[in-house]
Amino acid sequence: MRTTTVVVGAGHAGLAVSRCLTELSIDHVVIERGEVANTWRTERWDSLRLLTPNWQSRLPGFAYRGDDPDGFMTVDEVVRFIEDYARFVDPPLVTHTTVTSVTRSGDGYRVETDNGVWWAETVVIASGGFNLPKVPEIASALPTDVTTLTPLEYRGPDLLPEGGVLVVGASATGIQIAAEIHRSGRPVTLSVGEHVRMPRTYRGRDIQWWMEKTGRADERYDEVDDIVRARRVPSPQLVGSRERDIFDLNALTDMGVRLVGRLAGISGRELQFSGSLPNKVKLADLKMGRLLDQIDEWIVERGLEDEVEPPHRFPPTRVDPDPPLSLRVGEVRTVIWATGFVPDHSWLHIPVFDRKGQLKHEGGVVTESPGLYRIGLTFLRRRKSSFIFGAEDDARDITRHLAGYLASRVRAAG
Amino acid sequence: MTITGTPVDNGVNVQALLEARAALSDAPEAAQFTWRATNEWINGTHSRSVVESYFGLGEEHRHRRTFTFEADHPEVFAAEDQGATPVEIVLVGLASCLTAGIAAVAQNREIQLRSVKATLEGDMNILGILGADPDVRNGFNRIRVKYEIDADATPEEIEALVAQSQKRSAVFDIITNPTQVTVEVTPADR
Repeated sequence: MRTTTVVVGAGHAGLAVSRCLTELSIDHVVIERGEVANTWRTERWDSLRLLTPNWQSRLPGFAYRGDDPDGFMTVDEVVRFIEDYARFVDPPLVTHTTVTSVTRSGDGYRVETDNGVWWAETVVIASGGFNLPKVPEIASALPTDVTTLTPLEYRGPDLLPEGGVLVVGASATGIQIAAEIHRSGRPVTLSVGEHVRMPRTYRGRDIQWWMEKTGRADERYDEVDDIVRARRVPSPQLVGSRERDIFDLNALTDMGVRLVGRLAGISGRELQFSGSLPNKVKLADLKMGRLLDQIDEWIVERGLEDEVEPPHRFPPTRVDPDPPLSLRVGEVRTVIWATGFVPDHSWLHIPVFDRKGQLKHEGGVVTESPGLYRIGLTFLRRRKSSFIFGAEDDARDITRHLAGYLASRVRAAG
Repeated sequence: MTITGTPVDNGVNVQALLEARAALSDAPEAAQFTWRATNEWINGTHSRSVVESYFGLGEEHRHRRTFTFEADHPEVFAAEDQGATPVEIVLVGLASCLTAGIAAVAQNREIQLRSVKATLEGDMNILGILGADPDVRNGFNRIRVKYEIDADATPEEIEALVAQSQKRSAVFDIITNPTQVTVEVTPADR
C-alpha cells in the first residue's frame, strides 16, 4: 500500500496532524494500534483529570463547546472529546493495526504493521510522549516481597495491599496518586526530588490562563536557554479538581502524607533517601516565586491591576526538620514509581537517536532523516507541546514543513 | 539582577565551562574523571594527606603544586591536635564546593559578588564512634550551612544562587546521598 504520509497514532496529536494534512491536500493514512484515544482508554488511572481547564481544550478547527468551560475533563470525557474530534476530522483511519517497524526505503519510508506494509514519502510519529514508565535503575535492588507499580498499571488504591506505600516522585502524577492512596487509609510516604510547584489559581484566574496569556506556554524550543533541561522538567504539581484547590506539598503534609528526600539507594531491606529535601523544596519555591513575579509584571505592564485580584504569595513549603533518611521494607509494602515516562520508539529502525537513546529532532523535524517528523513530546516546539491544546500550533508548523519538503522533492525531480 | 556599566566579573570563566559542557556532551568518555589523595600515618591520630594528580579528559594531570593536609584529633580526645579533625575537613570540602558553585552560578547569571562568607556546623553524637551506643550513627546527624552574601542582586536572586549551587554541588551530593566505598588492603613493602 502506498501513501504520501503515514501518521502513527490517532490520539489528539495524530488527528490534529491529519486535519492539517487534509487542509494541505496531502494524501495520508492514520494508523492506530487500538481505537482513537487508545492510551486514554487503557493506560490511565481511574480518578485522573486533565491538568488544563476545558476552555483550553482546542485542536485545529475544533474546541470544547460544553457548559463547564472552567472544569477539568475526566479520562472518559477526554476519550469522548477526542472521539468527537475524530468524527470532525474524519481521517483516513486504520484502527487495530500496530506499527511494528519503520525503516528507510529509497528516499522514503517502509512502515510495517501487523496488518500489511505501507510505503510513504513521509512519516509523522504521533504515538504519544508518555508510553513507557521511566523507572530508576535502583528499582532492581528492591526486595521481591515489595509490590511495585508504575502509573500505567495503577488504577486506584483499593487494588493495593494494605500497609505503607512509598510514592517515588512528586510531579502531578506522584502527588495525585499519593493523596488518593493516603485517603484510602494506607500511610503514604512521598519521595521528593526535583519538582515544579504551581498554584491552581492566581489572582483569580487559572494558572494555565496566565501561562497562555503571558506567552509562557508559547515559548519556543529555540528560545529557551537550555532545551535539554527544559524537556526534562517534571509536570507541575497541579490537579484538575472542581474545588480548584491548591494542591502542593503543604496540602499533602496537612493530609498526613510524609515527605522524604529523593530515593537515593536501596541497601538490603533499607530504602535510603537523600538529605537534599530542604534544597529541593527551596528551588521549587523560588521558581514559583519567579513565575508569579513575571505574571505580576505582565499585569502592571498592561495596566490590568484593577481587573484582577491583588497579588499574593504562598507560604513556603514546610518540611520536617528531621525527615527519615531511611525506611525499612515492611513499613513500606508497596512502591509506586511516579518517576516519569518516556516515549516508545523501539519500532523506529533508523539511526536518529542520541547516546541516551532519545530521538534527535529540531522542534519535531528529524533533520537526520528527511521526511520524518515527531509530534507530542514534552517541549517539542513550545512549552505547551505536551498539552492537548499544544498540538494545534505544532501540527500546523510540522505539516507546513512537511509540505515544503514534498514540494522540494518535486522540484528536485523536475 | 542589576544592569551596571562594568561587566560582571567574579573571576570565573563561565564561557570555558559552557564550552566544556557542550564538548563533553558529545564525548562522554572524556568526562570521566578520577580524583585522588594519598594518606600516611604519622603518629597517634595524626596523619598527612597529599593531593597532586588526577585523571580527566582522557589523560593524567598534575596540580600546579602538591597540596598537603594535616589531620588529627583534638586534645579532648587525648590527641595532639596537629591538624583539623577529618570531619572538619568534610565541612571544609562542602563549604569550598558550595562557594565555588555560588561564584560560577553568579557569573553565569551576571550577578556581581562582593563578599561570600559561610559558616558550617556539623552535629555529632560521639557515642557512635566510641562504640558506646549501637543506635547512634558515627557521622554527622545534621549539617548546617549559613551563608552571608553581599551581591548586586535581590534577596530572592541570592537565595536562588545558593539553591542552584547545592543542586550542582559534588560534595553536597556525596554527603546527602549514599556512595559505594570499597577499601582494600595490600601488604606493605618492607
